[in-house]
Amino acid sequence: MNCFAEAGIPDLDREHGLKLLHEMLRIRRFEEKSVELYSAGKIRGFLHLYIGEEAVAVGTMQAFTVDDAIVATYREHGHALVRGTPAGSLMAELYGKASGCSRGRGGSMHFFDAARRFYGGLAIVGGGLPVAVGLALADKLQGRPRVTACFFGDGAVAEGEFHESLNLAALWKLPVLFLCENNFYAMGTALARHQAQTDITLKAKGDGVPSEAVDGMDVLAVEEATRQAAASVRSGDGPYLLEFRTYRFRAHSMYDPELYRKKDEVEQWKRRDPIATFEARLRQWGLLTDEEKAQIESAVDAEIAEAVAFAEAGPWEPVEDLTKDVYTP
Amino acid sequence: MIKMKYREAVRAGLREALKSDPRVFLMGEDVGKYGGTYACSHGLLEEFGPERVRDTPLSESTFVGAGIGAALGGMRPIVEVMTVNFSLLALDQIVNNAATLRHMSGGQFSVPLVVRMATGAGRQVAAQHSHSLEGWYAHIPGIKVVAPATPADAKGMLLTALREPDPVFIFEHAMLYPMEGEIDEQAGPVDISKAAVRRSGKDVSLITFGGSLWKTLEAADQLALAGIEAEVIDLRVLRPLDTPAILASVRKTHRAVIVDEAWRTGSFAAEISAQIMEGAFYDLDAPVARVCGAEVPIPYPKHLEDAALPQAAAIVKTVQEIRHG
Repeated sequence: MNCFAEAGIPDLDREHGLKLLHEMLRIRRFEEKSVELYSAGKIRGFLHLYIGEEAVAVGTMQAFTVDDAIVATYREHGHALVRGTPAGSLMAELYGKASGCSRGRGGSMHFFDAARRFYGGLAIVGGGLPVAVGLALADKLQGRPRVTACFFGDGAVAEGEFHESLNLAALWKLPVLFLCENNFYAMGTALARHQAQTDITLKAKGDGVPSEAVDGMDVLAVEEATRQAAASVRSGDGPYLLEFRTYRFRAHSMYDPELYRKKDEVEQWKRRDPIATFEARLRQWGLLTDEEKAQIESAVDAEIAEAVAFAEAGPWEPVEDLTKDVYTP
Repeated sequence: MIKMKYREAVRAGLREALKSDPRVFLMGEDVGKYGGTYACSHGLLEEFGPERVRDTPLSESTFVGAGIGAALGGMRPIVEVMTVNFSLLALDQIVNNAATLRHMSGGQFSVPLVVRMATGAGRQVAAQHSHSLEGWYAHIPGIKVVAPATPADAKGMLLTALREPDPVFIFEHAMLYPMEGEIDEQAGPVDISKAAVRRSGKDVSLITFGGSLWKTLEAADQLALAGIEAEVIDLRVLRPLDTPAILASVRKTHRAVIVDEAWRTGSFAAEISAQIMEGAFYDLDAPVARVCGAEVPIPYPKHLEDAALPQAAAIVKTVQEIRHG
């Protein structure tokens, strides 16, 4: 829902609006720089870009406190950035440097940040849901009014762990907020080609979890829905699922020739670019000037440049430390 | 010393853990109302309540994963997977999450999780309920794997596992639950890093663990009647393996037979054999031999199941062959 837009009246704090735009642009530019560095051979392995889906990470993260926990997937650059992990530490992780957020050991798919309760960066589809359920169980058993936010994609709903986790969370009334980023493709397989029931909110309801579908291209709608759902979860009413309908503008990963979707479809979604559309609305509401936009862009450019410099300058982990931390010393 | 059944020792360990640490809780299939498939948790739901003794749905992957999450969240979960056979449904969580998180996060997160499960064959429950897969688990860096063979170890290893900062997998052979043994009334934590010499001898080293220990000791008794003094090594811990203890015994006896209920090909017995080759080859007077499970899905009829598993007679025969071969 977006009461602001429908009413045509900007009931939106100017600073907050600019912050949302800034955060989305941070992700967009970070990802664009990552592609460039991938082509330059600085980043290797898998690289899954979040371009097109920025409104989901940015909108949802507004609803969480520093005590809440985040469990994300292999497409998690944006989530970690908005959560507050410094861009330099993330870029260094993409480089595989010891100054990275996981000492360079995880790379693109495995961002971790204990200080910000960011539990990955888990790259087996569906595998994060049970872990999120357990984090929430720990909070419930210890009487802490925290929320565990669990991100996953539409591909994950095909896994048994999706239903198992929703059931267990509902059965035990655990404070988990399930956040499905439905970009309509499980790698190259369209939702309708792998699910008989394509309405993910109905699956959740079948498992006893209240749910709602949200326009994932509208950052304000994402924020509003997440704030409400998080409040419900935090109050002890048990889990909630939000399905964000969104789209990735780029290929699944750097190796994807995109044979499975039509250019027209991609172009249609690009017209709903979450950044361009939000920027237009801010301008329409008189909440953004050219000067402010330029300021944001230059701040983001400076941050990304600094992140790259940090990654470039970072040390490699010494080979002698290869087996360090397989076990706790 | 008092007499206690293995399952009672497990229960005593669970009870002590729940009493002494508020972070400890037990979850798994039928651990509560039913009292545990093997009666290991009988009475604990009544004593500690449903928050701390939690019956789970039949969803191994999710309740093992939830154990990982709860451990990350500051609890000390004990997850009971009814049997190793069902643990296959949780392998993703174990291999991809429990074992990797510490190293992959650059040392930021530990997973102090304890998982217990029954293992092994011998009860005529056929191919899908008779696996011995602890060797598979021992293949995985990042977790610890123990196989208590006595009541004292069944209780003590559990208590020690709960003090470990990393995931510990405890394999309890299903044939051991009704077995009675001597245990100190005050028995507490025991080390989970060393093998134990269960019988001392000078002629051959019989290396085994878990449910096979008792068949191996039986074989050693028979060998003694024939004048052969076998040393019986109970590995106790499969990862990290106490290689020095194995090598010390082999250097003394110059002969080694490994007894392992699992299939021979690609087995943990093969790993032990390789360690002996690497560390004590020039001390050997005969090739290392293995007595392992037959390479078949374990069949239901008693005579076929017996034939598929290592038995004392086969151990005796193998020792005699390498003595005279």
